[in-house]
Amino acid sequence: MTVQDLWLLSPELSLAFLAGLLFVLDLVLERKGVLAVIALVGLLLPLAFSVLLWGEVAGWLSVLAPLPDEEPGRAIPGLFGTLVVDRFALFFKFLFLIVVGLVILASTDYVAKLRQLQGEYYVLILVSTLGMLLLAAATELLSLYVALELTALPLAALAAFLRDSRSTEAGIKFLLLSGLSSAVLLYGMALTFGLTGSTELKEVAAALRGALGGDIPFGSYTLLAGATLMVAGFGFKIASVPFQMWVPDVYEGAPTPITAFLSVASKAAGFAVILRVFYAAFGSVDLDWGALFAVLSIASMTLGNLVAIAQRNIKRMLAYSTIAHAGYLMVGVAAVSSRTPDGTTFGPEALLFYLAAYAATNLAAFFAVIAFVNQTSSEMIDSFAGMGRRSPWLAALLAFSLVSLTGIPPTAGFMGKLFLFSAAVKSELAWLAVVGVLNSVVSAYYYLRVIRVMYFQPPPTEERGVSSVPLRVALGSAALGVAFLGLAPWPVLYLAHRAALALSP
Amino acid sequence: MLTATVFLPLVSAVIIVLWIRNPRAVRLIAGATFVADFALSILVFTRYDRSVGGFHLLEQYKWLPGTDVTFQYLLGVDGLSSPLVLLTGLLGLSAFFVSWEIRHRVREYFVWLLVLQTSVMGVFVALDFVLFFILWELELVPMFFLISIWGSGRKEYSAMKFLIFTLLGSAFMLVAILALFFSTGTFDMRQVLTSDLRTLVIPLQVVFAFFFVAFAVKLPIWPLHTWLPDAHTDAPTAVSVMLAGVLLKMGGYGLIRINAAMFPDVAHGAAFFIAVLAVINVLYGAMVTLRQTDLKRLIAYSSISHMGYVLLGISSVGAPGPALSTVGLTGASLQMFTHGTITGLLFVMVGLVYQKAHSRHIPDLGGLASRMPFIATVFVVAGLASLGLPGLSGFVAEVTVLLGTFPVWGVLTALATFGIVLTAGYILLTLRGVLYGPSRERWAHLRDATLVEGVAPVLLAAAIIVIGVYPAVLTQVLRVGASEILALPH
Repeated sequence: MTVQDLWLLSPELSLAFLAGLLFVLDLVLERKGVLAVIALVGLLLPLAFSVLLWGEVAGWLSVLAPLPDEEPGRAIPGLFGTLVVDRFALFFKFLFLIVVGLVILASTDYVAKLRQLQGEYYVLILVSTLGMLLLAAATELLSLYVALELTALPLAALAAFLRDSRSTEAGIKFLLLSGLSSAVLLYGMALTFGLTGSTELKEVAAALRGALGGDIPFGSYTLLAGATLMVAGFGFKIASVPFQMWVPDVYEGAPTPITAFLSVASKAAGFAVILRVFYAAFGSVDLDWGALFAVLSIASMTLGNLVAIAQRNIKRMLAYSTIAHAGYLMVGVAAVSSRTPDGTTFGPEALLFYLAAYAATNLAAFFAVIAFVNQTSSEMIDSFAGMGRRSPWLAALLAFSLVSLTGIPPTAGFMGKLFLFSAAVKSELAWLAVVGVLNSVVSAYYYLRVIRVMYFQPPPTEERGVSSVPLRVALGSAALGVAFLGLAPWPVLYLAHRAALALSP
Repeated sequence: MLTATVFLPLVSAVIIVLWIRNPRAVRLIAGATFVADFALSILVFTRYDRSVGGFHLLEQYKWLPGTDVTFQYLLGVDGLSSPLVLLTGLLGLSAFFVSWEIRHRVREYFVWLLVLQTSVMGVFVALDFVLFFILWELELVPMFFLISIWGSGRKEYSAMKFLIFTLLGSAFMLVAILALFFSTGTFDMRQVLTSDLRTLVIPLQVVFAFFFVAFAVKLPIWPLHTWLPDAHTDAPTAVSVMLAGVLLKMGGYGLIRINAAMFPDVAHGAAFFIAVLAVINVLYGAMVTLRQTDLKRLIAYSSISHMGYVLLGISSVGAPGPALSTVGLTGASLQMFTHGTITGLLFVMVGLVYQKAHSRHIPDLGGLASRMPFIATVFVVAGLASLGLPGLSGFVAEVTVLLGTFPVWGVLTALATFGIVLTAGYILLTLRGVLYGPSRERWAHLRDATLVEGVAPVLLAAAIIVIGVYPAVLTQVLRVGASEILALPH
């Protein structure tokens, strides 16, 4: 490990240091609220390092002024080639750090209610984020696996934090299914290693390039098996059909801030690793994994939307909406460059933009749900009746984020879907785009049902609701993000574009 | 100037949301905005130089070029859209006056009405596909809330039905827009109008069909019309006025601006099919209208019938040469304007009757003319315009459509002409049933329209009479627009 590696790993190292510091301080401090403040302030350090690294990768100050020419930017390998610092990894680092910051801000109410394990909450969530940062940067299969486990295990513990039967069930389900999918993933990785002789993605790509051919998809049954198993392993993380069975129960049972974190950050991490593995390692193979993702995408969209209609619990409804959104996101993966007339694809870029938009939207929705559940002590949609009158701003922000999830302008969700579906049309997957927009129409029904309940049903009581300041700040920031991405998508789209360019092998 | 016309209502809406609480102040600001918007729309209409043609009053701002998807802020009017801008301004003002009596949640009501005005005005002048789509979708939110909160009857059901139907149509439109983008490389409507569309990601006919479905839901064209009776009936009066007067025209505008102008060959091939649908609209709509006993529902179904004439005029693109099609398209656009004013006026009158009598059930009403002479007079004017009495604007529009389409689709046009007889039937029966006949005890206490209530009827009736007597004010502009559309090189 050289000094350069220390510099390249500075966001991760500072985050690990922060987690350790919180762990120690938890033993010492009486007032646990200070931990949240320290966590938030401490997050600025990895964020600053990430910004500096972006400047490093792109030429100093590139984050403030655009480069005159389009080139993928430097990709600096580190740690003996097991991870890389390029714009793609840094985009995700920004995303994860901002998301965890907002989630910590919104968790303060929850944590205050926990009788013990308050410090551990923050430590676990930061360690999980650490795993995600490493996941976005990993370029070698085993480090990828380790990072994946580092992401998932703390989340399993966090899901069980409420210690009631539902929460414990959520934790166990997540742990078991996560373990199962990791095993499947590892088997797929082993097959790929066996075929190509190396676990580093670049060398896998080199070994596959030109060495295989013929009529067998992926050029070899071994590789077909390996890749399919890896899709199964990753599919669990992104909540794709048919690996989605854990989602509703875990989302319903876990503490809502953790649900929010799972739905946004865990999913983004899953997509980061899918893009990295499939573009970097399998990009050269003459195959159609895009079609595989297209099929998974349709299945996820349709199942997620149709079952969501029947849900009465808001968290379960949002869980099924997450499954549907995994479907939309996979459209971006399916839009591969080999299908487009001019050889360039808009898919990964649209996907990255939508991940940012989805993060803002889903966080806003979940934070509003936290506030409502605090007020009504019920997670049923019907208990939100009359919220338009009792908590007008909260209801408006929830309505806004639901409109964004549907994909109605002028929200981030609309922009994201516009980009994703245009990528699909460009890759001659117009039928996929048609299915996507039709599904958006179906989803309008259950999203708008919540708006209807909030605004058109009389409230059971007239008392005004209250919510804590940190929660409102977090909710407001997320909602601002939704509006910003919807009205002025170009800065983030630009970042996504630079990040996606770094992806091509 | 176009930016002001489009976004002034939105700015007012934001001001009201942030700073104004007093209902009277809300009404004042909203009223001032609608008056200003109407004035601006008149300016836009008169500033359009019909001797030059083309798109005028352009406003174009290129946002930062992104990557592959670059859309811009582009507004402009031509012969087709400038009368529609005028119509929107006029109907917006009328809708405001009709809303004077709203007492429940006044602030939110006017905010939504202002947002609606912005989005509809914007649809007619947007010349960039993405901007067009955004504004097209934007009207869904205010409509949903306006119908669900201030409506009557099965308001939530109707609002949801309206939303899902329209969303479905625009879902197809989105894919079509993206396909157009990837074959022409631009979202600029002006460039798509003049470019060669033969190389497409998806077949040309499919793109045409997708656009057609989106506009068919809006117009509405049978069999995608089922949202309309519910939405019109259960919406508050002002919203019905806007819905029937302006929103339906978005469908017609789209059909002419996009389907007929950008896909002339496909449109030529599909013209017979379009004409058949138009005749179904006219006749089926009229026949169902005859059976209605709810006054508002009756006017709603009559809308379907009248919009059939718009579609009939559009079907004249099946003609071998542009001479006949020009007449047909001019008639279609004129029918859009006149139908907007006529049906808008009918809804205003129905709203007044309902507000005073609290009943829309025709068998229960009767003999109201003696109690409410002003309302009765204007109601009769509106009814006669609807059935196409010469001297009022409905006649001019319908005659132009029929003249333009008869040489192309003789039999179908003859069938559509029969629709006028049916219209006369239900209009006269309705007028007799509601206004004339023996007066009843139950309505003895009714009073006539107040001064404020009388503004909107007078405005709209004036428009109807003026266009009826001197239609050249509109037809000259419309003809420029129609002939330009038909003269596009392909």
